[in-house]
Amino acid sequence: MSVVWENRDLFLDGLRLTVALTLISFAVAFVIGLLLASFRVSPVPPLRWFATAYVELIRNTPLTALVVLFYFGFPKIGIRYGEFRTAVIVLALYTGAFLGEVIRSGINTVAAGQAEAARALGLTFPQVLMSVVLPQALRSVVGPIGSIFSALIRNTSIALAIAVHELMFVSNSLANDLAEPAIYFGTAVGYLALTLPTGFAFEAIERRVGVKR
Amino acid sequence: MNRRRWWTVALLLVVALTGAACGSDDDGGGTASDETTTTVKKAPTFPAGSTLDTIQKKGKLVVGTKFDQPGFGLKNPTTGAVEGFDTDIAELIAAAIFGGTGETVEDKIEFVETVSAVRESSITDGKVDMVVATYTINDARKQIVDFAGPYFEAEQDIMVKKDDTTIKGVKDLNGKKVCSVQGSTSIKNVVLPQNAPQADTSIQFKTYSECAEALGDGRVQAVTTDNTILAGLVQASAGAYKLVGAPFSKEPYGIGIKKGDEAWRTFLNDRIEEIEKSGEWKAAFEESLGKLGLKAPTPPKVDRYTAGAPAATTTTTAKP
Repeated sequence: MSVVWENRDLFLDGLRLTVALTLISFAVAFVIGLLLASFRVSPVPPLRWFATAYVELIRNTPLTALVVLFYFGFPKIGIRYGEFRTAVIVLALYTGAFLGEVIRSGINTVAAGQAEAARALGLTFPQVLMSVVLPQALRSVVGPIGSIFSALIRNTSIALAIAVHELMFVSNSLANDLAEPAIYFGTAVGYLALTLPTGFAFEAIERRVGVKR
Repeated sequence: MNRRRWWTVALLLVVALTGAACGSDDDGGGTASDETTTTVKKAPTFPAGSTLDTIQKKGKLVVGTKFDQPGFGLKNPTTGAVEGFDTDIAELIAAAIFGGTGETVEDKIEFVETVSAVRESSITDGKVDMVVATYTINDARKQIVDFAGPYFEAEQDIMVKKDDTTIKGVKDLNGKKVCSVQGSTSIKNVVLPQNAPQADTSIQFKTYSECAEALGDGRVQAVTTDNTILAGLVQASAGAYKLVGAPFSKEPYGIGIKKGDEAWRTFLNDRIEEIEKSGEWKAAFEESLGKLGLKAPTPPKVDRYTAGAPAATTTTTAKP
């Protein structure tokens, strides 16, 4: 275990990048998720088709395949981003698909009468969503969103495939260098240090805003 | 449900096409036969009870080698034979034990796959008689096994795009992005004070072919590792990349054997020197590594170092 402590600075550098990847891609993914959910319940058919296609396409593709496709494939058609940016884009697109589905299921829990009443008052469809449906929908899916956030933290390790020096990359390099598998205890501790508090935080949010039945 | 299926099919197609476009070509051509002076005609006799005597009596030399190293030891998927410079060297050694030539003793050799991590244990556990598997001689490994040779010296070189004129040697890598495999020695050699301490080595992948991709996409300006590996990548690039040809570090490959078997080691060292003199070494090189576009170098001098006593178990880092 002392090898972990001796290399704590390297671990912390990796952890910092993991946190950055998680927060930035979650913020983007949340916007994508809201848009997708709105599209899927929208009265405009092409929007519904687009959102359905997007969700099925992205959600059913292995994350590794997406990363490799974006990093090694897209430069061939002139689209090239740096390592960190590629990782954020892919993680956001991927997580966004899951968030979209969760938010949509939240929308389904809101009684149809709510939207009908809002429409009767003269609100436009976006207004109905923003002011009436989504606030109630999100409250009912805090738990699932927490699970997706936690999955995202662990999914950031995929970035090691494209040379982003996050926690998993650092761990692999150290394990290689020192021929010391005990290094991975540090890795586990690092991820737990992120996922456990996240779990508690989402539970607290759920207790506060969750829909009580 | 049907819609989902179509999207999956479309996606698989995209992935398959991308994969195919990124894949490298490999011609599975047969091996040409060259004439050389063969040094062994008939089987010699060895002192009873020695390693050589045991191998000769059981009629089988068990050799640990790599099955995935182009030019050294690569398993031919159609014939099942392992081909390359390492296997040729093993055959030339077998010829000196059983008599005949490298070709006639093929059925007396059993090749066992030894990936980098299991080379020491295969030797110490007696699973193989010797390991010829791009096995770099170093002090940590000398604690666990003995080395005959070196029979080959790989050199660390640089691969760049064909039209690159700015990188002529390792010092030119300062301030440039250089790719190598995660945790490799190659990456550490680059940033040594006497080489290119200012080089940016942050781009590291799992495989060298990914580095080659990154070079093509302009994500890095150079790829560095052993010239033997780079030669294969240059060949696969069909003229897009070139070797700089300014080697800056040496990797002597040796034959690993059980510690303390001096007679066996001396025999191997003698045999290596013999095939180097006879031209069989050069012929083997040209049939394997030569086909990757490498020129046969002067073979390294055999190092008959004094082997120490077997030491307590030590862990070593996996290397080429």
